[in-house]
Amino acid sequence: MKKAVLKLSNGVCLSGYSFGYPHSCDGEVVFSTAMVGYPESLTDPSYSGQILCVTYPIIGNYGVPDEAVDEMGISVNFESEKIWVRGLVISEYSEDYSHWDAVKSLGAWLDEQKIPGIYGVDTRYLTQLLRENGSMTGIIEVEDEPRSFPVPDPNDENQIAIVSCKEPIVYGDGDKTVVLVDCGVKHNILRCFVQRGIRLVRVPWDYDFTEMEYDGLFISNGPGNPEHCVATVEHLRKAMQQDKPIFGICMGNQLLARAGGATTYKLKYGHRSHNQPARMVGSDRCFITSQNHGFAVDNSSLGADWETWFTNMNDGSNEGIRHKSKPFCSVQFHPEASSGPTDTEFLFDEFISKL
Amino acid sequence: MGSGALKIGQAGEFDYSGTQALKALREEGIETVLINPNVATVQTSEGVADKIYFYPVTPLFVEKVIAKERPEGILLSFGGQTALNCGVDLYRNGVLEKYGVTVLGTPVQAIMDTEDRELFVQKLDEINVKTIKSQPAGSLQEALDAAHALGYPLIVRAAYALGGLGSGFVDNDEQLTELCEKAFAFSNQVLVEKSLKGWKEIEYEVVRDRFDNCLTVCNMENFDPLGIHTGESIVVAPSQTLSNKDFHYLRELSIKIVRHIGIVGECNVQYAYDPDSMDYRVIEVNARLSRSSALASKATGYPLAFVAAKLGLGYGLFDLKNSVTKNTPAFFEPALDYIVCKIPRWDLSKFNGVSHKIGSSMKSVGEVMSIGRTFEEAIQKGLRMIGQGAHGFICNKELKVADIDEALKEPTDNRIFVISKAMLAGYTVDRIHELTKIDKWFLYKLENIVNTYHELNEFDRIEDVPAELLLKAKCQGFSDHQLQRSLMTPDNSSTDHIREWRKSLGIVPYVKQIDTLAAEFPAQTNYLYLTYNATKHDIDYEKDGKSTIVLGSGAYRIGSSVEFDWCSVSCLNTLRAEGYRGVLINYNPETVSTDYDMCDRLYFDELTLERVLDICELETPHGVVVSVGGQIPNNLALKLDSRGINILGTTAQNIDKAEDRHKFSSIVDQIGVSQPAWKELTTLNDVHKFISTVGYPVLVRPSYVLSGAAMNVCPDESKLKQFLSQAAEVSKDHPVVVSKFMRRCKEIDFDAVADHGKILAYAISEHIEYAGVHSGDATLAFPAQKLYTRTVQLIRKDAQKIAKALDICGPFNIQFLSRNNEIKVIECNLRASRSFPFISKVLRTNLIELATKVMLGQHPAQLPGSAFDLDYVGIKASQFSFARLEEADPVLSVDMSSTGEVACISDSFDEAMLLSLMSVGNTIPRKSVLLSMGDALQKADLLTACKKLAGTGYKLYATGGSYKYLVENHIPAVRVLWPSEENDPMLKGVYKTAREIVHQREVGLVVNIPKDFSDAELSNGYMVRRAAVDCNIPLFTNARLATNFIRAFCTVRPADIEVKSWDEFNHNI
Repeated sequence: MKKAVLKLSNGVCLSGYSFGYPHSCDGEVVFSTAMVGYPESLTDPSYSGQILCVTYPIIGNYGVPDEAVDEMGISVNFESEKIWVRGLVISEYSEDYSHWDAVKSLGAWLDEQKIPGIYGVDTRYLTQLLRENGSMTGIIEVEDEPRSFPVPDPNDENQIAIVSCKEPIVYGDGDKTVVLVDCGVKHNILRCFVQRGIRLVRVPWDYDFTEMEYDGLFISNGPGNPEHCVATVEHLRKAMQQDKPIFGICMGNQLLARAGGATTYKLKYGHRSHNQPARMVGSDRCFITSQNHGFAVDNSSLGADWETWFTNMNDGSNEGIRHKSKPFCSVQFHPEASSGPTDTEFLFDEFISKL
Repeated sequence: MGSGALKIGQAGEFDYSGTQALKALREEGIETVLINPNVATVQTSEGVADKIYFYPVTPLFVEKVIAKERPEGILLSFGGQTALNCGVDLYRNGVLEKYGVTVLGTPVQAIMDTEDRELFVQKLDEINVKTIKSQPAGSLQEALDAAHALGYPLIVRAAYALGGLGSGFVDNDEQLTELCEKAFAFSNQVLVEKSLKGWKEIEYEVVRDRFDNCLTVCNMENFDPLGIHTGESIVVAPSQTLSNKDFHYLRELSIKIVRHIGIVGECNVQYAYDPDSMDYRVIEVNARLSRSSALASKATGYPLAFVAAKLGLGYGLFDLKNSVTKNTPAFFEPALDYIVCKIPRWDLSKFNGVSHKIGSSMKSVGEVMSIGRTFEEAIQKGLRMIGQGAHGFICNKELKVADIDEALKEPTDNRIFVISKAMLAGYTVDRIHELTKIDKWFLYKLENIVNTYHELNEFDRIEDVPAELLLKAKCQGFSDHQLQRSLMTPDNSSTDHIREWRKSLGIVPYVKQIDTLAAEFPAQTNYLYLTYNATKHDIDYEKDGKSTIVLGSGAYRIGSSVEFDWCSVSCLNTLRAEGYRGVLINYNPETVSTDYDMCDRLYFDELTLERVLDICELETPHGVVVSVGGQIPNNLALKLDSRGINILGTTAQNIDKAEDRHKFSSIVDQIGVSQPAWKELTTLNDVHKFISTVGYPVLVRPSYVLSGAAMNVCPDESKLKQFLSQAAEVSKDHPVVVSKFMRRCKEIDFDAVADHGKILAYAISEHIEYAGVHSGDATLAFPAQKLYTRTVQLIRKDAQKIAKALDICGPFNIQFLSRNNEIKVIECNLRASRSFPFISKVLRTNLIELATKVMLGQHPAQLPGSAFDLDYVGIKASQFSFARLEEADPVLSVDMSSTGEVACISDSFDEAMLLSLMSVGNTIPRKSVLLSMGDALQKADLLTACKKLAGTGYKLYATGGSYKYLVENHIPAVRVLWPSEENDPMLKGVYKTAREIVHQREVGLVVNIPKDFSDAELSNGYMVRRAAVDCNIPLFTNARLATNFIRAFCTVRPADIEVKSWDEFNHNI
């Protein structure tokens, strides 16, 4: 058992043991309260640049499934081609796993993908620290590989440029075409469209799609600070001059809002969980949603043409916006789930029905 | 509607759910009426409901209450299957419509859709959800036809039955026939279906409001795969072996199902889930609060019953607040950052002849919930909590297993310990999985514990063990005692030494909150547990000396049940009212005391010396109350006291004097109080010598016993020899006590509160049965109706002497025997007894409140003597669960076997008797009765009752001797044959057999009094008694109780009874 320590930029050190890739790493430390779905979370590009602390204390139980991709190149079991999380912090690690579709342990997978992990940490205490002090940078340091502060804050970097595809990719075929602006898209979003018979054109985050032929436009989720995506916002503004349906998820919500003139801000410690309650404004309809974001749309900055669509019932923050007259809308949560509750998957159907 | 007496399959969880529902209604300013004869519950206490009716939860009495109170609405889903069935009946027979009563929450149609198997399958077929297809059968032949069509192995279930009653797995025609005979006794339909043994069993707790908002509060996974009733399974929450896909696939299905059925409130969906694919079957949907929902509430901190009641009133989930965080909404799904483990508690060794195998029908009598941050920690805590002598998964007394393979394959109440033994014997995880089908993940974790044990075993002394290993062991839930036992030379260090050593290394547990959101939001929650998998406490301690710790009762078991929860709650209420910080330690998820708002701080943790000391070190309490939680806290008194913890109330030394039979008897002798001749003995020779002076029968028992465990009446030498070998094995440390067993004595319970030896209040209740029936099984009348004034005077006098001698400060109970104005003391407990809620409620004076004030050092005034002059009577009757305990002999003895109790109050003794006996499930026979009346004295006892029966027009069937006796006394009777006579060529065919008329339900009551406790007598009667139980025919095995029942139903007609609420019984205060 190799010793390791999680060092936080505020000086707190939490000791534990190394697992996975036995080396040091750094990043922004965030926590997620999701109780299942570590293979999905680790491969979610929205975690790019981050060290993830999972509050559920026993992790690795059901191992890791294989890395197969379908005939279109979409991962069968993961949310992207690789692990994006920079490091993983947990309380207890189950090296011995049990699940029919598992092919390796979590530790073996992390090691393969060169991602350090640390277990034996009081993750509840760490969560309380992050909750009280806000997200901060941190280092997972193994005993023979010292690393010290300062370390770069991944939010200063354009993480989206790192995770986005580099060339347009076409998936499926169907009567309707949706252009998907890839800010770090989760593969389940691709699956959700393709399964519904959509021809999907996935383009890089800064690709000028405005001259393309399409029936609808979709802005994906993605990591970090939306302020880096000036190019995407400009393209969006141009697209919004037409009346073709636009739908966005997570980062897509923030970019659509910015394109519509609203502002975004950094949440103290973000929303990363499977149990965020969102209420459709002006209705009695509430949904349990899966979320993963550190920035949010400022409700009060929405322009006159826009309205809040969903609100977070815990803290009142924005969970979605829609245009009052045009078919533009977006949500902060993840209707594609994976991981998390599937209650809002119907939003894909609603969007597609408008095409 | 409450759920009535606690019984197997329906226990304390419904006190929790009903109490929360009543709280929710009260908060809305709604006037509430509660019907529940369970006098020991919190919900039937002052201030919970506005009107309380102690009557049977049956359509007849509920209709009477409705007619009288004219309520606007009714809640059906908070009183278990009893209330649900009663509600459906009231709906079907038009009573609800007649009186304009609205069913709140889930509509009755939805309930019927889930209860009727055929409707249920149809309903789920509509939305393409897979169910276990079963073939309904209304007769044995239909069942056999279905079986042949489906192919064995099969599961057979009785429709409309709680807790899997009358259900089981069958592999062939013979087994099917046997099971069907029993099942048809409870239900007119059985369901035959394909068995999915070995699949995972997963449950979801779902909440839905009338706006169609729906969420799952919790999911749970059974450690034991399908085939073992969920009430018999070890269960963990949240699920551990489900991936995100599995978890949300089943979650989405649950929501789809609940929406389609139209639940408004709470609901539970159970799945069978294929371990090798994503195939599933819905096992069942419970459209009501259940044992699982109580567990889910405690596991997550989400008050399901409270929320369900509010949803029933029409609120949306968005209207309600999360009662833990107080500022986030109730519309959310709890995120856990710990694991909980539920373990059932069985008491099968209390019953003669019962099978220890567990399966699709429930036999456990209680459960515990343990909380940890590793599975190892949670399971080891839990195995200690069940209170059957285990120190955890490992380091227990050697278990004798004849064939480990067989014992793994055929699950019994001991299976987890068989796994431990197998692992120590070198069985691999793969092999154990093959035999048990338990998911390997659980087995790997258990193996970790065994591996740590082997690592520890390398060391001689605790000082040699590396700190890292010591911490690992603690993180895996090893107790200090287990650490000691794991060392190579376990004897050289005491547990205290180990405690001090590890503390010096900084290895201590930390306190964590259960906050519903995994620390995402700040929460002011007082719901706590301790873990070694942490480095920081969640809370800061005031250290102001105001904390007062109440030790709760632990798992419900035979002999310690909801009555101690009522005592704990009453004590906490008083502490808080008096300005103290009420702190509770308890781990029973079926209780009200462990509810989020019952105390200032709740430690959902162990009641072991180690853990209580851990908590005392954190709380630095004013003191600890050990006298309201039954025997578990009582046994800790001396140990805590010797470690410097302030015990409130009677001193630990005095508690010990009462507990230690030897010390107690010498005191009794000294103060001139009489007791039956007894002797503490260690050799067989001494025993014989003693018996030669007092004569048989004798009562034999070890000291420090609860509810008569290992206690027995020995009528002769052979029984004595047989028993002594067992008793000596039960408790080597404590010698055996032999006392003269007194026949035909009255037994009297004296419950009281004293302040430094001065009795402030007391209650004298009289047992209906003669001594020899355990006081927990006996029927009690309070106030005593048939005692001589002189006897009462003597009891008061002797009790006062004892109170003074032991300087009693708080609650206590003394049991006396009386005959011809002579009394003898047989037992004394310096703690609240199980009859405290009963007498407190009949008296309308909370004796625990009084006792708590005394324990806080106050000197409340003595209750005036007139307070005990009541012009009504309460009868407390016991609930037995023999129907669930296959093959157990349903005969009463000195060993307790009841699982619950009720009490009904009336101005008339006969009426109170009838009501309470009906409340525990007895029905009045329509036309005939079967009698086997025991020995000559007992026959004489029953003569008047038999005349009454005959006079009322009943046809009497009687076995040989009884038949002769009846005819001699000019009472017409029909002879039937004993099982031993069935093959007698002279009798066969001439007379019907007793078993035949029972099976054919020709009789509506069986009175079967064993002559003596000889083997022959017991086995002959056993078959008839068992037949009665299996056919669900009321059975009485005690002549005096039978006489009272017969007189009651021959005198009072239930239809004529006028219902009165608790507050209508006035007394003279």
